[in-house]
Amino acid sequence: MQKIQDHRAWLLVLPVVISVAFSAIIPLITVVNYSVQDILGPGQRVWVANEWFINTMRDKDLHSAFLRNLLFSLEVLLLEIPLGIAVALALPASGWKASLCLVLIALPLLIPWNVVGTIWQIFGRADIGLGGYFINNILGISYNYTLEARDAWITVVIMDVWHWTPLVALLCYAGLRAIPDAFYQAARIDGAKAWSIFWYIQLPKLRGVLLIAVLLRFMDSFMIYTEPFVLTGGGPGTATTFLSIYLTNIAIGQFDLGNGAAFSLIYFLFIQIFCFLFYTVILRAGRN
Amino acid sequence: MKNKFRFSWGGVVIVVYFFLLMLPIYWLLTMSFKTNDEILGKLSLWPHNPTLANYREIFTNKAWYSGYINSIIYTVLNTIIAVTIALPAAYAFSRYMFMGDNHLFFWLLTNRMAPAAVFLLPFFQLYQSVGLFDTHLGVALAHLLFNVPLAVWILEGFISGVPKELDETAAIDGYSFSRFFFWIFLPLIRGGIGVTAFFCFMFSWVELLMARTLTTVNAKPISATMTRTVSASGIDWGLLAAAGVLTIVPGVLVIYFVRNYIAKGFALGRV
Repeated sequence: MQKIQDHRAWLLVLPVVISVAFSAIIPLITVVNYSVQDILGPGQRVWVANEWFINTMRDKDLHSAFLRNLLFSLEVLLLEIPLGIAVALALPASGWKASLCLVLIALPLLIPWNVVGTIWQIFGRADIGLGGYFINNILGISYNYTLEARDAWITVVIMDVWHWTPLVALLCYAGLRAIPDAFYQAARIDGAKAWSIFWYIQLPKLRGVLLIAVLLRFMDSFMIYTEPFVLTGGGPGTATTFLSIYLTNIAIGQFDLGNGAAFSLIYFLFIQIFCFLFYTVILRAGRN
Repeated sequence: MKNKFRFSWGGVVIVVYFFLLMLPIYWLLTMSFKTNDEILGKLSLWPHNPTLANYREIFTNKAWYSGYINSIIYTVLNTIIAVTIALPAAYAFSRYMFMGDNHLFFWLLTNRMAPAAVFLLPFFQLYQSVGLFDTHLGVALAHLLFNVPLAVWILEGFISGVPKELDETAAIDGYSFSRFFFWIFLPLIRGGIGVTAFFCFMFSWVELLMARTLTTVNAKPISATMTRTVSASGIDWGLLAAAGVLTIVPGVLVIYFVRNYIAKGFALGRV
């Protein structure tokens, strides 16, 4: 769409900028402040320049938490995006069935995150949980997410897929409903198969909502904290210690504000760079 | 219209998906009606001795039900503010080029990415110094940090779907901008507004870390109250499950009201 150049549009954007800046920039400045000083007590602080940053960058545990989190984000994206599209395509388009499906599908999204962790904590337990009991006693596969690193990992991934696929599906569903009927009519006249309708009409029209879905899921899975914290507490060992859990251990558990602040700035920067690259690539691809 | 093969595949996907989706929620629901003895005893697929004791405890204990009221107040407040200020901004991003527009748009989005853990302490200090600590407005404002960027982003997509010729035609027909915006434009994108409000409500409702950090008593959210179930004698599973079930209810009501807006999407807006 051709846009008009008009700098007065800033006035329309101003309320948003002020409200977000209040909660974003002031805390960020405080974090920068922590990251370059050693705060010994009220009014007692020592300038340490980049010492915290060097510390953080050499931290082996941090590197493995980082890789673990990256792998987790990729896994959940690969599972959630195709599944979300498939569910959105299969959902009924109208009528009471559509209403019922929409209400049901949104349920996991409306559960507070600590409750999501609790649900899976119970559901996966071999003694009192339906899922854990079924796997152990009926399928006969030994499964214990509190002891086995692999089981813990799978449980966290499945929990995330269960929790967030509805978001992708709802966004895609809204996107699909926005495609005018004329497109489908034209395809029908051309005798297009279901697959080519998907590939040439639906998928390109979903590009916008899929961009939202991928970015949201990447950002949120990269900051995941509450659900695995409740479910596994980051264990067994460090099997599910994601970046945010590690960060909280440093900053709040050990009250190591300097390292915590330096780490969170690097963390923040990394997600920003990744999202910027992704965003730019998608926008470019859209223009061609 | 559709051939039978494809239709049945869709049906299979839906049935299997919804079954798996509902299973953990069903488990939460049955647990809320069980006594702790039954939960910790032998596995039972449905409550054999259904009890409402867990719910009774929540509805009669002020420490519990005030958590729900607090959460609803700040969530509704947040949704109203977020949608109200995001609408003009989304319109501006969709229709105009202005200095630094792309950078600003991206900067807004980056605020969703702030890792909560280390920002908690600065947040606490900031809100305390401006007197918003432990108020509903304080939590609502803090949640704007991640909801406003999202609202702008979703609304911008919906607004861009409305052809700009419509704005121009309205201007030629002698509509003032405000009249056009409120009487023609907003009804066209009401599907988008419904979806946006839903997402704002959802993210504000489920957020725990920030809401817990910024409150102590007067505005304490339900998700923080729920940590009360963990005591020296272990976790009170039944009470926790009942509280969990009740946290789903307000969300179900909201999605029920916006379901038609999502269903119609903005096909309405295609003029």
